[in-house]
Amino acid sequence: MFFWSLVLIAVGIFSSFIYGRSRINLNSKKQGTKSKSLPTYYAQYVLIWCLFPALIVYFSWAIFQEQIIQNIVISNFEYIEGAVYNEGLLLAEIRNVANNPSFADGKSIEIINAAAHYSSLRQISQISFYTSIIIIMLLGALYASQKLKPEFHAQHTIEKYIQYILIFCSSVAIFTTIGIVFSLIFESLRFFAEVSIFEFLFSTEWYPFIPIREGQTAAEGSFGAVPIFAGTFLVMVVAMCVAAPLGLLTAIYLAEYASQRVRKIVKPLLEILAGIPTIVYGFFAFVSVAPFVKAFGQSIGIDASPTSALAAGMVMGVMIIPFISSLSDDVINSVPQSLREASLGIGANKAETIKKVILPAALPGIVGAFLLAISRAIGETMIVVVAAGTAPNLTGNPFENVTTVTVQIVVALIGDQEFDNPRTLSAFALGLVLFVITLFLNIIALQIVKRYRERYE
Amino acid sequence: MSNSKILANGVDVYYGSKQALFGISMDIKEKEVTALIGPSGCGKSTFLRCINRMNDLIEICKVSGSIKVDNEEIISEKTDVVSLRSKIGMVFQKPNPFPKSIFDNVAYGPTIHGLVDSKNELEEIVHSSLKKAGLFDEVKDRLNEPGTSLSGGQQQRLCIARAIAVNPEIILMDEPCSALDPIATAIIEELIDELRLNYTIIIVTHSMQQAARVSQKTCFFHLGELIETGETNKIFTNPDNTKTQDYITGRFG
Repeated sequence: MFFWSLVLIAVGIFSSFIYGRSRINLNSKKQGTKSKSLPTYYAQYVLIWCLFPALIVYFSWAIFQEQIIQNIVISNFEYIEGAVYNEGLLLAEIRNVANNPSFADGKSIEIINAAAHYSSLRQISQISFYTSIIIIMLLGALYASQKLKPEFHAQHTIEKYIQYILIFCSSVAIFTTIGIVFSLIFESLRFFAEVSIFEFLFSTEWYPFIPIREGQTAAEGSFGAVPIFAGTFLVMVVAMCVAAPLGLLTAIYLAEYASQRVRKIVKPLLEILAGIPTIVYGFFAFVSVAPFVKAFGQSIGIDASPTSALAAGMVMGVMIIPFISSLSDDVINSVPQSLREASLGIGANKAETIKKVILPAALPGIVGAFLLAISRAIGETMIVVVAAGTAPNLTGNPFENVTTVTVQIVVALIGDQEFDNPRTLSAFALGLVLFVITLFLNIIALQIVKRYRERYE
Repeated sequence: MSNSKILANGVDVYYGSKQALFGISMDIKEKEVTALIGPSGCGKSTFLRCINRMNDLIEICKVSGSIKVDNEEIISEKTDVVSLRSKIGMVFQKPNPFPKSIFDNVAYGPTIHGLVDSKNELEEIVHSSLKKAGLFDEVKDRLNEPGTSLSGGQQQRLCIARAIAVNPEIILMDEPCSALDPIATAIIEELIDELRLNYTIIIVTHSMQQAARVSQKTCFFHLGELIETGETNKIFTNPDNTKTQDYITGRFG
């Protein structure tokens, strides 16, 4: 069905274009005047009218067809008196029988009848799908061809349509974001119906297991997320301790000291760091850095665990260096040259100029870069999954196992889980917290950067 | 007759492979205003920026020849650029106060050069510099406001105050009035006339009236060469060179 409908639409596109072009040429020849726009715009006009209504029908059919058929089948189902049905299971059974008649053996007559009904409905639906697509395309082309007169400004109309299409495309991302936010909020509400929001935000015990059988005493779940937030914060602090000085000093070198040639080579190299998949950083952290951290901890008499906040944080710090260095470099570069000249002209040396004039002027932008890096750090998943551990320890000791929000989301969603118990739903609550925090960091950072930009332009 | 303060001899400047100045030789006297005039791109700003080695900031710029300030060679690897620049203040085309308070703008130079030992001393220098730049009365109640909040003409006088706060002997001015309105320009011109008593001033300007008003000596540049130099009166009334004549009468440039 899918393939043939694409062929149908392709034929529609091609023929409507050809038709539109030849028709306008014919019309203008008949009237003996030149058309107001080039013939190709009239062709595009016919094409758009032929294609887009058909596409709308196509997608609404694809979205609603199955649902409508199922509703009809269920509402016509001959229920047996007294029997209890699970609607989802029943539908699955009917579909199975309809798609594969060999499953019919041993099924009740009601199911077999319903399956036949289901199949016939699908057939009707398909036939009417093709006919309605064809009719819609023809109607569209017919409507458009009425307008194919030389005095019609096809180009203006096309430009208006193109604007609508662009608006639609750019709104896709926005509506997706809104959809994600709503799904996060609604699932989180389901979680908070079972676990109190105060326990989640302020209690210090994270033990996200729920009884599978009745009377399973050992498995009373508790959902205090404080250790998780603390772990996230600890890893983030370690990462920023690495990335902030290294990134900022790199930026100062690149912007103020490096020659054009060095800059041209080093900046892209640094940006490659940002392109390494984070899982690669993850196993680098686990295989190389974590053992080193453990050995180092032992050499100074601290009992370090094989995965630690320090290992994960350090590698994450390296990962976000390019964010800080690249953004700060841009900011430092946008400090006007006249300020450098003013400072140097008074007899300040380079270090004084950077310390007392350039950095204060660039500070808001640099803070913005730091905030963006932080929001990147707390949203980062793979490095911490591999290298920080999964134990929810409430600790300030970076040599210990900690866990982060992102890790716990992964843990909650792994395995064969139904989305109806607090353990799985906790992922959404954690996700919501993460989203809110990074959203605020990003908004603040962008505001700061923007205000800074305005001052010098 | 005053002494020679700056003595340039055969200064060539290259930007990459393009030569911008051709053998400039010039003698600038102490406590006079010297105006550098000429059409755009003639090299007058380039020459000005050789005197305090500002051209060092441009990677591809190469300077050769000799410039002596107080009989000391400054076009040399050994020159202490920092102390040279503290002796030669500079005022730029566009007012460029730091994004700091008015007070801190002026205090910047004395602080980095360690010219003051106490807060009172610093305050004294800041106040006297602002007074010399004719700005003190206008800003004395708001020294803590940002320098960028002042008007264009005030900003430029703030930059002059900032330059004279380190007690230089020479002030270079690169078209200091080109971004200002006529009233602010008149105030700056008056100021230049007063500053002449204590400083040697070299001013690059596009306005021939301005050169005539403020300077004692005028140098005419054309296509990277120094065409004529002399008393301002003479250059503007009876120049030796026909190119100078054509320029000041507005026939080109």
